[in-house]
Amino acid sequence: MIKEKTEHVKGFHVHLLPSDAFKTNTFVLQIKAPLEKETVAARALLANVLKSATEQFPSRKDIRAHLDELYGATFGIEVTKKGEHHVMAIRVEVANERYLKADVPLAEKALAFLVEVIFNPFLTEAGSFDERVINTEKQALKQRITSIKDDKTRYANVRLLEEMCKNEPFGLHPYGSIEAIDQLTADDLKEAYNKLLSEDQFDLYAVGVMTEEDVLAALPERKVNINESTTQSKNNLPEEVSTHEETEDIQQSKLHLGFRTPVRFSDAEFAAMQICNGLFGGFPHSKLFVNVREKESLAYYAASRYESHKGLVLALAGIDPKEYDKTRSIMVEQLEALVNGDFSEEELQQTIRMQKNQLLEQSDTSRGLIELSYHAVVSGVERNIADWIQQLEQVTKQDVIDCAAKVRLDTVYFLHGEEA
Amino acid sequence: MLEKKDFPTLKETLYQEKLDNGLSVFLLPKDSLNKTFATFTTNYGSVDDHFVPLKGEEAVKVPDGIAHFLEHKMFEDEEGDVFQTFGERGAQANAFTTFTRTAYLFSSTEQVIKNVHTLLDFVQHPYFTEDSVEKEKGIIEQEIRMYKDNADFQILFGLLSEMYQKHPVATDIAGTEESIQEITKDDLYTCYNTFYHPVNMTLFIVGPFDPEKMIEEIRNNQAEKSFDPPEEIERIFPDEPAEPKSQEKQTEMSVSTPKCLMGFKDKNPNRQGEELLRYELSIQLALDAMFGPGSEAYEEMYEEGLIDDSFSVDFTAEKTFAFSLIGGDSKDPEELVARIEKVLSSFRNNEISDELFQRVRKKRIGTFLKQLNSPEFIATQFTRYEENGMDLFDVVPTLEDLTHTDVNKALNEHFEPTQQSVHYIKPKVKVDA
Repeated sequence: MIKEKTEHVKGFHVHLLPSDAFKTNTFVLQIKAPLEKETVAARALLANVLKSATEQFPSRKDIRAHLDELYGATFGIEVTKKGEHHVMAIRVEVANERYLKADVPLAEKALAFLVEVIFNPFLTEAGSFDERVINTEKQALKQRITSIKDDKTRYANVRLLEEMCKNEPFGLHPYGSIEAIDQLTADDLKEAYNKLLSEDQFDLYAVGVMTEEDVLAALPERKVNINESTTQSKNNLPEEVSTHEETEDIQQSKLHLGFRTPVRFSDAEFAAMQICNGLFGGFPHSKLFVNVREKESLAYYAASRYESHKGLVLALAGIDPKEYDKTRSIMVEQLEALVNGDFSEEELQQTIRMQKNQLLEQSDTSRGLIELSYHAVVSGVERNIADWIQQLEQVTKQDVIDCAAKVRLDTVYFLHGEEA
Repeated sequence: MLEKKDFPTLKETLYQEKLDNGLSVFLLPKDSLNKTFATFTTNYGSVDDHFVPLKGEEAVKVPDGIAHFLEHKMFEDEEGDVFQTFGERGAQANAFTTFTRTAYLFSSTEQVIKNVHTLLDFVQHPYFTEDSVEKEKGIIEQEIRMYKDNADFQILFGLLSEMYQKHPVATDIAGTEESIQEITKDDLYTCYNTFYHPVNMTLFIVGPFDPEKMIEEIRNNQAEKSFDPPEEIERIFPDEPAEPKSQEKQTEMSVSTPKCLMGFKDKNPNRQGEELLRYELSIQLALDAMFGPGSEAYEEMYEEGLIDDSFSVDFTAEKTFAFSLIGGDSKDPEELVARIEKVLSSFRNNEISDELFQRVRKKRIGTFLKQLNSPEFIATQFTRYEENGMDLFDVVPTLEDLTHTDVNKALNEHFEPTQQSVHYIKPKVKVDA
């Protein structure tokens, strides 16, 4: 298992994950701020603007040419939400030169490029972001938001969260809204950028064969006034269930159920909650899959996901609109079955094994390793893979029953065709 | 005999053996992984719908979607669901059907040998009943319906049905809601017996294991089973004209942004082996040079808001068909098509320069190394290469050997205006009742 080394230097948290398992070296800078209605759109647009032009490489084309020169290094910036944090991740992955005929210091150049992207963006003589870049990226970002609607499962998921968490930051989409993006100015972006530089927490991950000295030497000194709070979001259990319906011209209807759980990544019962979700809808042997898909043939897919930093369990099924009532009851009954202890010791052990397997498989990829490690940053609680596995192995039937009993249905969202 | 092949530049060692019953086995030990990933693949996909059955005389035509239907049904036997057997060991199993292959796979981090036996055993043990076949129809109908709402899927199959006049590549892999109703238990056995013979199958395993021990287990597993003597499978493909059926088509769907997809139908889809590898890499390099994110055209169109991140290019080649794809979401898809045509015509006249060639080749080499990080990529792609007489681990040396002349030759051969088709998807106009 890979041994992580973490250091706090130059205003960065540097996480080194030495490994020769990969034919590439990967660097990811995760930039974390609170998820807020006022800043989400500006940060999302900023990510796209930073991605498009730097001082040394002032256009997308220059950036591409440089990356191609680095043997097609992959470069991207994503904004996501992790719990109620808004995380901007800048990722550069580059071939390890030991597998090439050419002798070029690719890892060093890739890291230098990442540093350039965040610290030396392309600015006009007046020191602001370029209007042309801003306008192009506004269009592209709005387009990305619009196209969410074309993936109906994803759209239903976004809509469920908007309804369920309408008074909480978690209801925000990490890209912001089209209206908010339209109103952003170059000044707003500069303000967001300055705030990010001075206040956000920077976690740099290096996976591969680079040495600690090389990584640290590549980083500039960052003057910071860091906001490192890992504020736990509020998560009030619902008093009643609200139901929302929407019509679209679609063949297959989407039924999404949002539940709340008080158990989160930072809690001691986390492993039990993970197993609880695994039994509910996390795997092909789970209650939802077996009962909604296999026994009743009601759906092609039926599954659930556990948002562990926020404390949500999201269950979904693609169904025939006529089967709404029946499917909804069967889905809710599967959770009740867990509360009643209606699952065998074998099913429990199987779920534990599947969950362990998933964790180990995740740590076979550089992206997975970084994701796993970053949970600690988001939650404020360290849980390395060995501990995590041990906690999973210790989960008992009663633990699962206790967790299931705390889960409450909050919101039902149903997207269906015209005739339903 | 287990043969060992070293790839020193890539620091990989591959072991291979053809068993007595004809099964091809490839083992790639990698101690750095936690998981073992295995694929058991038959050289049989949705296009193989017309063939002479094993021990038969006359050719039969089977219903559309049967290869995929068979894939679904393989997971069930007398004792129930084989997902369950893998699941009890914490393993994940899955399968997929393409135009030309059906692959069964698992990944696991414990009890790997047992899982390998299960993989071989369940795929080599067909068990279909009338009841279970009927029940599966409901599940597959839902799957087909899900694809009906998927615009990216619809734009591709709509385009293929413009490009191909007779070839079954134009048929949805899962079939239609109607065609799957015709499938019977006997049809499934016919297809199974013909195409799931070991001689038509490949097992590829990558993970942290000892290759000698692994091959011993596989040999023993196969020695316990008996199979009919292999026959050469006679597959029948229609005489497909070189030209596309039509060059333009439009479909309305519930989408928010219009989409367009342009395809070029290759006139010579019979290349195999080294010839195919060189041609395929050349077309990929040409596509990247002309339309990749580093190209002039991409940058211009992106700045004008004519394309977004969904814009992409692709090239597919198998034994009886080959085509390239260019397209994505666009607010003005007609203009996008006009621009793509302009770029193609300019490159046909002026060629890809050596400098541009060098750049996209470097990029392709780095991308390939990145792909080798993925056990899933290695196992599935190796099998595809193998079935087309190519070797996945030859990609870098072949790239190094290519010149910009090769790329320009392939470009001129493939991207001819007569071979072009376009499919547009436009948002449905809502009519108030």
